[in-house]
Amino acid sequence: MMLDLVPLWAAILSLAVLMYVLLDGFDLGVGMLFFFRRHDEDRDLMVATVAPVWDFNETWLILGGGGLLAVFPLAFAIIIPAVYFPILLMLLGLLFRGVAFEFRDAPAARKRLWNIAFAYGSLIATFAQGVVLGNFIRGFPVVGRSYSGTSWDWIAPFPLLTGIGLMVGYCLLGATWLVMKTEGELQHWARGIARWFLLGLLAFIVMVSIWTPLAQARIAERWFSYPNLLLFSPVPLLTLALALLLWRSLKQGRDVLPFVCAMGLFFLAYTGLIISLWPYVAPPSVTLWDAATAPMSQQFLMVGTMFLLPVILLYVFWSYWVFRGKVKAGVGYH
Amino acid sequence: MDALLLSRVQFAWVIAFHILLPAFTVGLACYIATLEVRWWITKDDTVRRLSAYWIKIFAISFGMGVVSGIVMPFQFGTNWSRFSDSASTVIGSLLAYEVVTAFFLEAAFLGVLLFGRKLVPQWAHAMSAVMVALGTLMSSFWILAVNSWMHTPRGYQMVDGRFFPTSMFEIIFTPSFPYRLTHTVIAFVVTTAFVILGVGAHYLRQNRFPGESRIMMRMSLAFLGIMVPTQILVGDLHGLNTLEHQPAKVAAMEGLWETGRGVSASVFAIPDEKAEKNHFEIAIPKLASIYLTHDIDGEVKGLKEFSREDRPPVAIVYFAFRIMVGIGMLMLLTVYTGLFLWKKGRLFTSRWYLRLCTMVAPVGFIAVLAGWTTTEVGRQPWVIYGLMRTSQGVTPSLTTLDVAISLGAYMLSYLFIFGAGFVLLRRLVRIGPPVGNEDETHETQAHPKRPLSAVTEHDDTVTTPVAQGVGGRHDA
Repeated sequence: MMLDLVPLWAAILSLAVLMYVLLDGFDLGVGMLFFFRRHDEDRDLMVATVAPVWDFNETWLILGGGGLLAVFPLAFAIIIPAVYFPILLMLLGLLFRGVAFEFRDAPAARKRLWNIAFAYGSLIATFAQGVVLGNFIRGFPVVGRSYSGTSWDWIAPFPLLTGIGLMVGYCLLGATWLVMKTEGELQHWARGIARWFLLGLLAFIVMVSIWTPLAQARIAERWFSYPNLLLFSPVPLLTLALALLLWRSLKQGRDVLPFVCAMGLFFLAYTGLIISLWPYVAPPSVTLWDAATAPMSQQFLMVGTMFLLPVILLYVFWSYWVFRGKVKAGVGYH
Repeated sequence: MDALLLSRVQFAWVIAFHILLPAFTVGLACYIATLEVRWWITKDDTVRRLSAYWIKIFAISFGMGVVSGIVMPFQFGTNWSRFSDSASTVIGSLLAYEVVTAFFLEAAFLGVLLFGRKLVPQWAHAMSAVMVALGTLMSSFWILAVNSWMHTPRGYQMVDGRFFPTSMFEIIFTPSFPYRLTHTVIAFVVTTAFVILGVGAHYLRQNRFPGESRIMMRMSLAFLGIMVPTQILVGDLHGLNTLEHQPAKVAAMEGLWETGRGVSASVFAIPDEKAEKNHFEIAIPKLASIYLTHDIDGEVKGLKEFSREDRPPVAIVYFAFRIMVGIGMLMLLTVYTGLFLWKKGRLFTSRWYLRLCTMVAPVGFIAVLAGWTTTEVGRQPWVIYGLMRTSQGVTPSLTTLDVAISLGAYMLSYLFIFGAGFVLLRRLVRIGPPVGNEDETHETQAHPKRPLSAVTEHDDTVTTPVAQGVGGRHDA
């Protein structure tokens, strides 16, 4: 009897996606906050807070996408065509934003142009990711082993709602990140605007939480049947508690706690999503086990991953440790 | 059908731009590693300045390679989802290994390479250059293993039109893999060496940076003197391997329609697929049999041996192959002329030769694109050779309009971004290597782990590190 690696793979891929959302989430958020801060000094400082880490943050996206292709190829082959245009928008957004990071600082660069590319690239990439999320929750029509809808089905009220919701959420991550990494006027401003984003995010969480069980009986059944109701009740309760803590910590002028709380909110929303969708990897019909690759491929890849993933995680923690502390104007990045 | 054609154009477009960057960064990483080790041993400050200069250019190219690389795995899903569903059970884990081994290694040591010269001991800095080079080579290893499997699939069994692995070892080490890996990696390092040769010659023509330029020209010429003939030999072996496993591709490369013994080598012709013959052909008798079978009367299969629907597009393969071989000959000529002048002691003073070197600097990129076109178009009409047609791999839900929109978006974006990147790189070449030790102070100020920003560290117009983080940039 072979060991079933599918749950472990599901955990590893979930971790990769969560890492991506938390890490690239705040730097995409910082990119969108460009729209609110127009001064060159502010913008340079904002870029300086994320510059040392953003590129490694995006490696998690490749790990998530590549991992899905490698371990759950059927899900990859159904989901990605269904969100053909959101993926296109995301890739182009990330492309412009990625090069803008550095081109805006290059000798004799057109800084204004690359600032625009940076802000809009972040905005479009985030919106597109939110749309992918919304479509993922809605599910994909499948015939045989292929997606059977059209490339335009992604335009629907719910995915557009989650698209805007994710923008607000990443802005919250970005604003609390700035609270942690900056000082003075910029930090004060970030504190103020973070509260608005918190209220906005809570509104979107409530809307999604009402919409999904109403639209999908299976999700309603998952949450509201006994004993699940008790079992899963910590998720909404903790969300509420964390939101209150975040609000208070912003008011009290704490530096690090708001960002930790914002990440906690994302973690809880992510947990809620997994509770709603388990065990489907391409809802509403394809489960993790349906989509899994051959056991031999799973084992072959697991050997290397078990060895390398902890090293990668250690490296992430170390690099964030190296760049801890405030970013100040006038002394370079560090 | 049109969505299929446009999807193929789109894949060709995004990979053609992407491949230019590894073609440069793989070789450049190796060159920087060599310079760092050489500096560690000789302590020659000119070598250090030279290395610092190429690290700047490496940083920009590597960053562009990363962002255009993110696009690639998603192409498998957006446009080639049927291929992904059928084949990634076999090859998906190889792609994932590229992420966890190569990308991780590069990311981990890139920071130290770009910013750590003053922060870590000299041997550790040289070491991290070697590790980044190793990362780029590992990346080549995995991606070419995947590609080779698509050309010469092994270690699988087919169930209901899908591929399942029977041996991971056989999947990785397919018959064409050793040849393809060697041929491609040598192509990458040769491409880079010609750029270095050309840049050195360019500065000498302007009487700038004579010390650095002479090192660049000597190192690249000595290297190319060995590598260009090696590449021609490896290319020949790769061709023989292709003849064994993909005879239709070789027939298209040769523009050969009839099977025969003692076949002639076509120098120029216009292949006509409808009439199944060549127009205006110039050929050398017996030669193709000699180099393909190493026997003057060896038999070579012609295109008519294969039914029409199993033949690759002949003209594209035929001409792409000739461009690649032609550039190979041009390279050989350039390199051995240079070695002759070097022996006569006239290498750095022959203005015409310096001019020639400047002109041939980018030909490696054209050769890489032509070689890649030869092998990939030559694989058609198969996506997995002999087993799965390209038309079976495309995403069924796509319409012509869908792909036309995405292709247009990729074209405009890539032209804009790669155009801007090219302008920036040219500006860096114009500025040239750093002078004296002033750049050292910048390096200690910077933070590691930010690939592209090394570019800004040596900006001539910036005199203080303060200007880095705040608004005091010169937009001159």
